[in-house]
Amino acid sequence: MENVIFDQIRKEINSNDIVLYMKGTAVFPQCGFSAAVVQILTQMGVNFKDINVLEDTIIREGIKEFTQWPTIPQLYIKGEFVGGCDIVREMYETGELQDLIDSHNIPTSNAA
Amino acid sequence: MAMDEQKIKELITAGIEDSVVTISDLRGDGDHYAAHVVSSAFIGKTRVQQHQMVYQALQGKMGNELHALAIHTSTPEE
Repeated sequence: MENVIFDQIRKEINSNDIVLYMKGTAVFPQCGFSAAVVQILTQMGVNFKDINVLEDTIIREGIKEFTQWPTIPQLYIKGEFVGGCDIVREMYETGELQDLIDSHNIPTSNAA
Repeated sequence: MAMDEQKIKELITAGIEDSVVTISDLRGDGDHYAAHVVSSAFIGKTRVQQHQMVYQALQGKMGNELHALAIHTSTPEE
């Protein structure tokens, strides 16, 4: 059972450049931490796939085990776990997030 | 439901060697905290690994009794 869920997660994070597991949707976040990450990604002008864990309890628990990370949101870039809200915010402020996105040649609509 | 500030500090200090932990109660409601953890054990680790160490020290309480804990980690030189 675990493997099926992990496979599903791997498939998502490997077939999309940027994936955000969050509470709510990008249009309608239902948690302040999720909203903060959506805001950062939107500000950077990158496309991302939002996955609402509130709609799927199995994914909600599975994603926490997958990364050994107990909280949502979780951001993935090119299949790699980047972090939760605190790390994403810190990386955005230092410019590391932009560097990471640039290093993967992921297009941003409002390039600096 | 909510967790005591002192308890959070104890768990992190016990779980991560050589750590100096500062906890602040962000809203004064005993439910939204920020933890600043400085430890030499973080040297050479990525941020994700550093935060995972803090979560491990909290023994599964994060996301359960502990609703909101903003984490900031650094090494003594930073």
